[in-house]
Amino acid sequence: MTDVLLKVENLKKNFGNLQVLKGINQTVRTGEVVSVIGPSGSGKSTFLRCLNLLERPDEGEIWFDGQEITQKGINIDLHRQKMGMVFQHFNVFPNMTVLQNITLAPILEKKIPKDQAEKQAMELLESVGMADKRNEYPRRLSGGQKQRLAIVRALAMEPKVILFDEPTSALDPEMVKGVLNVIKDLASSGMTIVIVTHEMGFAREVSDRVLFMDNGVIAEEGTPEEIFENPQHERTKEFLSQVL
Amino acid sequence: MFYDIIAIWQKYNYVFIEGVKWTVILTVITVFFGTILGVLIAFMKMSKVKILNAITALYIEIIRGAPMLLQLYFFWLWLPKAMPFEMSERDCIIVALIINSSAYIAEIIRAGIQAVDKGQTEAAKSLGIRDSYMMRYVILPQAVKNILPAIGNQFIFMLKNTSLASTFFIGELMTSWRTVQTATYKPIPALIIVGIIYVGMTWTLTILLGRFERRLAASD
Repeated sequence: MTDVLLKVENLKKNFGNLQVLKGINQTVRTGEVVSVIGPSGSGKSTFLRCLNLLERPDEGEIWFDGQEITQKGINIDLHRQKMGMVFQHFNVFPNMTVLQNITLAPILEKKIPKDQAEKQAMELLESVGMADKRNEYPRRLSGGQKQRLAIVRALAMEPKVILFDEPTSALDPEMVKGVLNVIKDLASSGMTIVIVTHEMGFAREVSDRVLFMDNGVIAEEGTPEEIFENPQHERTKEFLSQVL
Repeated sequence: MFYDIIAIWQKYNYVFIEGVKWTVILTVITVFFGTILGVLIAFMKMSKVKILNAITALYIEIIRGAPMLLQLYFFWLWLPKAMPFEMSERDCIIVALIINSSAYIAEIIRAGIQAVDKGQTEAAKSLGIRDSYMMRYVILPQAVKNILPAIGNQFIFMLKNTSLASTFFIGELMTSWRTVQTATYKPIPALIIVGIIYVGMTWTLTILLGRFERRLAASD
C-alpha cells in the first residue's frame, strides 16, 4: 500500500471557454480504492477520463506506473493496456460474442495464444457467474450482464488499475447490486480502483479514500468516515444532505 | 397502343434484352469500382492529413454539385485526348460513371463509419487496442451494417442514371429505346416497354434490399 501508481499534478482541462478541471493534484497508491463523488458537472468523469487520456489535458502532468504519460511521443496504447476502464453505457462490442469481447485485446495486443486467452476468459466469466453466456451476443444480455462483461473484458488485460465511470448509473435498479458485488470482490482482492459513483452507500463501504469534487477542483478528501460523518467543507455538507 | 406494345416487344425484344444486359453491366461495374474508389476517398477525407481532407472534400463537392450529364460529356470529350492509349466511348462513359458514384459512395462510407457509437472507439482505446485494429475488428464490422443498405440504394440510383449514357448511344436500355423508335417511328409504345423494364428492375431490387436490411437488423 505504499508505492504510488498514479500521480496527477496540476491537471487542467477546458471544453471551449468552460474550465472543467481547474488544477487537480492527486496520488493513488497501489491497492487503494478511491471513490470520486460530487454534483453533476463538477468534473468527476472528465478527471477520470483524463487519467487514461481519453480526454487530453490542457495542462498538467499524469504519471502512471513511474512514467509520465502526458509526455509528447509516448505510445499511450501500451499504458492503456495496464489501465482498465468501465463505462456507464458498457460499450461492449455488439458484433462479437461474449468470449470474443474478452479475448480481443489480449490476442491482438498481448499476443496471447487464442486457446490460452479463452481459458483465462472462461475463468473470469465463471467468477462473475456468466460462463454459460460465453457464446451469446451482447444483444441477448441484460444491462447488468453487459456491465459484468465489460468489467471482465477490462480484467482480461490484467491491468494495474481499473477506472470505473459511473458503472451502475445506466442500470435498472435490480441489476445494480450484482455489478456492485463484482466491484467489491475486485476491491477486496487488492485491485487498485478509481470509481466515479453516485452510490454513496457503496462508496462508503468499499473506499479507502473519498474525493469530493465541486466546480472543477477536489474540494475535500478523506476516509469515508471523515467525508460522510464529519464533512468539513460547506459544499460537501450541502451535497451530502441532498443525496443521503 | 396495347397492340403496338405487344407487336414491338415481339419483334424487337432482343434489342431490349441487349439493353438490359448493358444497363446491368454498367451498373455493376460502376458500383463495384465506385465502392473501391469510394473507400479510398472516404479514408482520405477522414484522415488526419489536412491536405488530403481538403482535396477529397473538393472532389466530393464538385462531383455531387455538377450535373451527371455534364460529367459524362466532360469525360467523353476529355479522356480520349488526355490518355496515351485508345479509349472507346463506352470506356469513357464507364470511367465517368465510376468517378461519379465514387463521390456518393465515399460519403455513404464516411457517414456509416461515423455513425458507429463513440463509446465503441473509447472502449477499444481504453483496452489499448491500436487504431488500425480498432478500425478492422470493432468499427468496420459495425459500420458495414449502415453502409451496405445505402450502397444498395446507390445501386438502384445508378441503375436508373446509366440511362443518361444513352446520350452517347452506348447500348444500355435507354439506347435500345432510341434504336427501336428509329426503326418503328412509334416512340411511345417502345418507351412504355422500357419504362416497365426499369420499374420492374428497381422494384425487384427494392424488395430484395428490404429483405436484406431486415436480416441485417435481425442480427443486431
